[in-house]
Amino acid sequence: MKERELVIVGGGPAGMAAAVAAREHGVEDVLLLERDQHLGGILNQCIHPGFGLHHFKAELTGPEYADRFASLVKEDPNIEVSLRSFVVKLTKDRELSFLRPGSLEEIKARAIILATGCRERTREMIQIPGSRPAGIYPAGLAQKMVNMEGWIPGKEAVIVGSGDIGLIMARRMALEGVLVKAVIEIQKTSRGLVRNVVQCLEDFGIPLYFQHRISAIHGRDRVEKVDVVKVDDEFKDITGSGFEISCDTVLISVGLIPENELLEMAGAEIDRKTNTPVAKDVNLTSIPGVFACGNACKVYDLVDWVTRDSMLAGKMAAEYLKAK
Amino acid sequence: MTYDVIIAGAGITGAAVARELSRYKLKVLLLEKEAEPAFGVSKSNSGIIHAGTQNSPSSVKGWLCVEGNRLMREEIAADLGLNFVQCGQLIVVFDLADLPELEKIKKDGEALGIKGLALVDRAWLEKNEPNLGPEVKAALHVPTAGIISPYRFVYALVENAVKNGVDLKTSSRIVGINRIEKGGFYVEAGGTVYTARFLVNAAGLYADELSALAGAPTFKITPRKGEEYLLDKKREHIASHIIFPLPSKASKGILIIKTSDGNPMIGPTAHDVDDKADLATTDEGLAEVLSGVRRMMPSVSKSDIIAYFAGLRPVAGKDFIIRHEDSAPGLVNAAGIQSPGLTSAPAIAVMVCDLLKKHGLKLEPKAEFHKLRQRPAHLFQLPLEEARKLIEKNSAYGDVVCRCELVSAQEVRDAIKRGASTLDGIKFRTRAQAGRCHGGFCTTRIMKIMQEELGFPVTALTKRGPGSELIKDERK
Ligand SMILES: Cc1cc2nc3c(=O)[nH]c(=O)nc-3n(C[C@H](O)[C@H](O)[C@H](O)COP(=O)(O)OP(=O)(O)OC[C@H]3O[C@@H](n4cnc5c(N)ncnc54)[C@H](O)[C@@H]3O)c2cc1C
Ligand SMILES: Cc1cc2nc3c(=O)[nH]c(=O)nc-3n(C[C@H](O)[C@H](O)[C@H](O)COP(=O)(O)OP(=O)(O)OC[C@H]3O[C@@H](n4cnc5c(N)ncnc54)[C@H](O)[C@@H]3O)c2cc1C
Repeated sequence: MKERELVIVGGGPAGMAAAVAAREHGVEDVLLLERDQHLGGILNQCIHPGFGLHHFKAELTGPEYADRFASLVKEDPNIEVSLRSFVVKLTKDRELSFLRPGSLEEIKARAIILATGCRERTREMIQIPGSRPAGIYPAGLAQKMVNMEGWIPGKEAVIVGSGDIGLIMARRMALEGVLVKAVIEIQKTSRGLVRNVVQCLEDFGIPLYFQHRISAIHGRDRVEKVDVVKVDDEFKDITGSGFEISCDTVLISVGLIPENELLEMAGAEIDRKTNTPVAKDVNLTSIPGVFACGNACKVYDLVDWVTRDSMLAGKMAAEYLKAK
Repeated sequence: MTYDVIIAGAGITGAAVARELSRYKLKVLLLEKEAEPAFGVSKSNSGIIHAGTQNSPSSVKGWLCVEGNRLMREEIAADLGLNFVQCGQLIVVFDLADLPELEKIKKDGEALGIKGLALVDRAWLEKNEPNLGPEVKAALHVPTAGIISPYRFVYALVENAVKNGVDLKTSSRIVGINRIEKGGFYVEAGGTVYTARFLVNAAGLYADELSALAGAPTFKITPRKGEEYLLDKKREHIASHIIFPLPSKASKGILIIKTSDGNPMIGPTAHDVDDKADLATTDEGLAEVLSGVRRMMPSVSKSDIIAYFAGLRPVAGKDFIIRHEDSAPGLVNAAGIQSPGLTSAPAIAVMVCDLLKKHGLKLEPKAEFHKLRQRPAHLFQLPLEEARKLIEKNSAYGDVVCRCELVSAQEVRDAIKRGASTLDGIKFRTRAQAGRCHGGFCTTRIMKIMQEELGFPVTALTKRGPGSELIKDERK
């Protein structure tokens, strides 16, 4: 089995920042594994501005932010980037297996940083009842369809959840000529940034219903309508408050969950509720020499803070390697 | 076009009949209204290959179930490359006063010829099913029960039938049936009129309407809904058997079901509904399933759920209706195929062939019946070493598309080559999109492969056939 000094899993902003910082702190050999065909992670589909105000003191789009790090990574001959490389196995002894077109590789690393990001919570995780037709998408998937493929998923949409992704997708869909009929939020306030509520909903006249939930999705082949009901402070339906909204699309934006299945496989302690590593400090896991950073460690609102903490992760890994 | 036999419906029943008939020198047509086989009842069920317990020894379905189970264990799983897992089943009681009921199930089961039935006590359960809750006192162990992927079972039968010469036409709803004076039927479907001497009605929920259309309005189908909830693969090992409570009058109760793909499943409910298209899940159904399961296994949590669905059992009285209709000579009904229809299908198929023979169809075996079907490659089922060999042979098996379930680009292409033309068809065949992220990461990638392989514009791609288009428009 080949030995490597530091292996980083995930080439989003977290993985890239960790790689750059590890090099700055003296690590000589970094292997960065990314599943996708390019570096950048989720930033590649975030074509709206609003990235980098803190780190670069400039307002960048997601891909612009990612590119700044990607060039740092690519310029450094001591960082080997392996794309389309999907890590499928990790052990507590830091042995790692990954698939890529044509081969299955096995490596032993002296230190590992997991920067695998998040997945979206789904309709199924909040158990919205009703039928299961076409037209129900996680908001991030819809974002990828619209921004990366130019596919417009529907004509009339309802969005579940008022987190930033939901808000940004409401605006994005409206700009593409989709009639966004409502954003439905079960809480009393939005989880998103205030500027997004104003710029994405108010400026476009999209109604936001607080303390409401979708009680059923209808439609046999494609979504036809949703039932909406008002809830009280205990999230119980208020009888008589129900109404319908006809639509062909429902976007689900109800939060992100850190992707820590590899860490779990290696036997690290994971909080079952948040799916984050259980450890005494940021970027640490319960396995020595295995670190987690970025959205895999905890869900961040702003990429600037992902960068800051992930650079720290790179430094921590370097110090761990030096001390060994 | 003229056939010896037309089969209406490519669910598990029609698929099994088609494969059975393909052993003989016959021209056979399998007609399916949906875009792909297995999109009816056969896609949404518990996937259990029942041993045959809990059926009356005087029922037809009891015998067919025991025989179907035997055929699966001894022949079909191996011949068709199916991932059948004989994990066994436990029927548990919460009160030792119910032991006589278990004894009765055991006695009835033995009368049906089920082998290996044994009562087990609390100590056995603690050793073999440590996650069972304290309320569970004893159980009946049924070793011949097992699990299978229901849609892959259908696809395997259909593929093998087609290989042996059966014609398959999908997106072909039968809208008209006319009897021919001298015998046989004109069958209109998908804009074409076909002729056949015999018609086998395996139309699931719609079998009553089809039988009436052929001139035999002899029964009515009532849909009985069952909601099922799938748990994360991480919970694969909560149970090592399929676990049933002692059944009630209306249903077999809420079960803990192992599935052959790893995710445990809980359910199903059993409630009669009016609408044959009502596949909605409900808040009440979820509550019923959770409370039923937690009595057996308190550690099951709502947050383990990653998917859910509802299926409709086609119920026509207590038993299956498998008979020739004398009022419509040449029509054989295989209807009212409620549970355990998945298990019984291979035995139903033999019975249907016997009926056809009795009514004049000549069954002359082919010299060259190909009974074997090669199992499609699934990375998720392979140990890493075998995965390595596969990837070294064809690099596209190393190009992972679905990260939650470990499905490669090549598997998606294989599925399309084997007949998948919709997103659901790909999901059922490969498991891509069936995991915890529900396609959040892989859907666009799969759609692009579909475009390449099928040559459709993106706006023509569907979830499960016309009407379920995924994309409304493309930015110019
Ligand atoms: C839709 C959306 C909109 C956002 N909008 C804003 C905004 O406007 N402003 C802002 O500042 N922040 C925004 N954020 C937040 C910020 O962009 C994220 O917090 C940040 O991108 C997270 O970086 P990451 O590297 O941890 O994760 P990701 O960017 O998700 O990167 C993880 C990488 O790991 C790879 N990977 C995962 N598993 C494996 C494996 N097993 N093997 C190999 N590779 C693997 C993935 O392919 C991916 O490339 C947004 C986030 C989202 C999701
Ligand atoms: C919740 C639930 C759980 C179950 N669990 C189990 C289990 O664990 N084990 C078990 O053995 N059984 C189980 N069953 C029962 C099993 O699923 C059914 O018995 C079986 O799938 C019925 O298959 P079928 O082929 O008869 O019907 P279907 O699968 O519905 O096939 C009929 C086909 O006919 C087509 N069709 C209808 N009308 C027309 C027309 N006019 N023209 C052309 N085609 C037409 C339909 O589209 C459909 O594809 C369960 C059922 C449910 C609902």
